[in-house]
Amino acid sequence: MKCDIVLAGVGGQGILSIAAVLGMAAVENDLYLKQAETHGMSQRGGAVQSYLRLSDNPIYSDLIPTGEADIILSVEPMESLRYLPFLSKKGYVVTNTTPFVNIPDYPEMEKVLGEVKKQPHHIAIDADKVAKEVGNSRASNMVMLGAASPFIDIPFELIENGIRKIFTRKGEAIVNLNLEALRAGRKFAEANR
Amino acid sequence: MTKKLLLGVEAIGQGAIDGGMSGVYAYPGTPSTEITEYVQENAIAKERKIHREWSANEKTAMETALGMSYAGKRAMVCMKHVGLNVAADAFVNSAITGVNGGLIVTVADDPSMHSSQNEQDSRFYGKFSMLPILEPSNQQEAYEMARTGFELSEKLGVPVLLRITTRLAHSRAGVETVEPMPENTGSLPKDPRQFVLLPAIARKRYAGLLEKQDSFRESAEKASFNQFFDGEDKSLGIICCGITYNYLKENYPDECPYPHVKLSQYPLPEDMLTKLEQQVDEILVLEEGYPLVEELLSGFFCRGRRILGRLDGTLPRMGELNPDHVAKALGIPVKEGEKAPDVLANRPPALCKGCSHHDTYKALNLVMEPFGDGHVFSDIGCYTLGALPPYSSINSCVDMGASITMAKGAADAGLFPSVAVIGDSTFTHSGMTGLLDAVNEKTPITVLICDNESVSMTGGQDSAALGKIESICLGLGVDPDHLHTIEAHPKNHDQLVELLEKEVNYEGVSVIVPRRECIQKAARRIRAEKMKSEQNA
Repeated sequence: MKCDIVLAGVGGQGILSIAAVLGMAAVENDLYLKQAETHGMSQRGGAVQSYLRLSDNPIYSDLIPTGEADIILSVEPMESLRYLPFLSKKGYVVTNTTPFVNIPDYPEMEKVLGEVKKQPHHIAIDADKVAKEVGNSRASNMVMLGAASPFIDIPFELIENGIRKIFTRKGEAIVNLNLEALRAGRKFAEANR
Repeated sequence: MTKKLLLGVEAIGQGAIDGGMSGVYAYPGTPSTEITEYVQENAIAKERKIHREWSANEKTAMETALGMSYAGKRAMVCMKHVGLNVAADAFVNSAITGVNGGLIVTVADDPSMHSSQNEQDSRFYGKFSMLPILEPSNQQEAYEMARTGFELSEKLGVPVLLRITTRLAHSRAGVETVEPMPENTGSLPKDPRQFVLLPAIARKRYAGLLEKQDSFRESAEKASFNQFFDGEDKSLGIICCGITYNYLKENYPDECPYPHVKLSQYPLPEDMLTKLEQQVDEILVLEEGYPLVEELLSGFFCRGRRILGRLDGTLPRMGELNPDHVAKALGIPVKEGEKAPDVLANRPPALCKGCSHHDTYKALNLVMEPFGDGHVFSDIGCYTLGALPPYSSINSCVDMGASITMAKGAADAGLFPSVAVIGDSTFTHSGMTGLLDAVNEKTPITVLICDNESVSMTGGQDSAALGKIESICLGLGVDPDHLHTIEAHPKNHDQLVELLEKEVNYEGVSVIVPRRECIQKAARRIRAEKMKSEQNA
C-alpha cells in the first residue's frame, strides 16, 4: 500500500488537522508515514501545502515527486489547482468548493470549478455547507477528509478512531460533530465518484 | 523504547532532553522555533526544570549556553541560519574556548528562502570555525544526533554544530525514543584559563583547536552516521549529504547501482571518500544548500575526477533539492504531472484581518504621501508584509534591527524625513543599540515601534520587550516629549495621523509606540480562557 497526498489550502484554514487525524490512523495501522508541513511566513494567509505520504514500506523522501500524488486534497478550490503538477494520471482531486478570497485578483469561480471538473477523477464538494448541515462549518476539514477517505487505503474505522484521539481533549460534542462531518463527506464522495 | 510521530525539530528537542540537556537557549526563527517550544511543553523538561525560556537574541542565547557549558552542564542553543550571523562572534570563539559540559549549536537553514532573506549554508560556519558538523538525513537521526551530540562535544572538547534544513525541520515521521540520560552534575573547567581568550592564551588554545582536527576527522570516519555503500556500476560515485540521501533512495528504493556515501558527519571522512574516488569515473555530489563539498572536491587548478553537482549545472545552483532534481541528475525519467492552469492566481502571505499593523500603515501612508516614496526603513517581522500591496509602505528589509540604523544612515546622508518601522521583539533583539547611536547624535529620525506584545511571525512567542519599551527608550535617552504610546486601532486613526505628522517633521529622535496585542495571540488567549472557565464551571 502506498498513498501520497498533497494537502492544500490557505494559511489559517487548518489543513494540519486533516494530517493529524490521518497520521494517527496510519500509526494505528502500522503504516510508515512522512508528512512535510509549511510553517512560517506563508501561514499568514498565503498558499500552504502539506505532503503526506503513507506506505507499508519505508518512505525516504519527505517530498512527493511530480506526477506521483494519488490525491490532491484541498480545502479551497483554487488551491487544488496549484498542485496539479504533482498529481498522477490516475490520481483524484478532492476539493472544497467554498472559496477563501483574500487576494484582489481571485479568479472567477466558474473558471476555477471548470478547471477542477476537467480532471478525470474529481470530487467537488461544498464542505462548508455540508459541515453547517451537520452542526458547525468549522468541521469542514473533516468533511473534506471524509470525501477523500474512499481513495485512501486505510480502514474507515481507523480514521474515525483518529478523530476520537485527536479531538478527545475538546470534549464529546466536538468529537461527535467531527465524526458526523467525516461520514457526511464520505457519503457525498461515494455517491459522486 | 517508544515510537512517537515527531517533526524533525521536535525530534531534536526530544533528543536533547533524552541526552541529559540542562538548558535550551534560543530566539524564535523559522524553521528552528519548535525545538524550544517542544522543550517548553515537555513533561520531563518541566520536572527537571530544564532552562527553556526565550533569549533576547541569538547572541545572548549562544553566550548563555556557553556559560552553562562552562559550569559543566549540557546545553543546546537553537536558531535559524541568519541567527548564526548574530551569534557568530560567540560561536566562532567558542571553538577556541572549547567546552566543559557538552554544547550543541543547532542551526536550521532555509534553502529556497521559504521564510528568510537568504539561503546561507551554516556548514560554512562550521568549517570556518573548524568544528565538527552533524547533518541528519531523517527524523530518527535528528533525534540520535541531538541525544548523543553532547557526549561527542564533551569527547572532542568543542561545541558541535547540528545543521538541519527546512524540509527535515518541518516534516513528521515516526521516531523511536529511549529513556532520558541523567543531567551532568556540574563542574568548573579543569583549566581555569580555558575560557580566557587573552591573546597569549588564545594562541595556545587556537593551536590546540588545530591539533584536534585529526580527531574530528577520525570521529567522522568512524561515525555510524556516515556510511559507504558499494555498487556494481563504477561509472559514477555519489556523495549524499544530509537529507539528499532520501532523494537518492526515493529514486532507487531497492538498490542503488552506483557506489555511494551517505554523509552526515563532518569534517569530510577522507578515507571513506578516497575509497569512493578510487573506484569510480565521476562523482556526483548531492547537497542541500551551497556546493560546499562539491567545491572542496573540485579543487581549483588540480581538477582530477569530474565532480558533478550544483556548480557544473547537473543540479540547480540555488533552492532546495527534491527527488525530481536528483532523478534528472541521474538520467532517470521524471513523471510530468499536468501544468497548473493559467487561471491560478498567486496567493502571497498578508497581514491578518484585524492586525494592528493595518492601523499603523494606514496612518503612516497618509502622513508620508507628501514626501513621496523612499523614506521608510523596516526589518524583520510580520510588519515586513507592509512592503506588499495594498500598503507598499516600507523600502527596506535587510536584517533584524536594520530599520533604525538604516534610517539613521539615510538621515546622515540628508534624507528627511527618515522613518523606521520595527516590532517590539525585534527592537529588543537588535534595535536598541541603533537607537542609542541616533540619540547620542540627535539624528532626525522617527522610530515606530509597532508593539503587538508578541513574536508573531514565528507563532506568537513571548516578547522580551513586553512592558519595557517606554522605559528602555527613556533609559537610552529619548526625550520624553518625543516618546508617545498610542493604541493602534481604527478608532484612533486621526490621533495617530496627528502624532505622526508632528514627529515626522521634528528634527531629532522621536519614538512612537503603536500598541495592540497580536490578533492571533489575542484569539488564542481568549480561547484558552474560555476553555479554562468551562472546565472550572
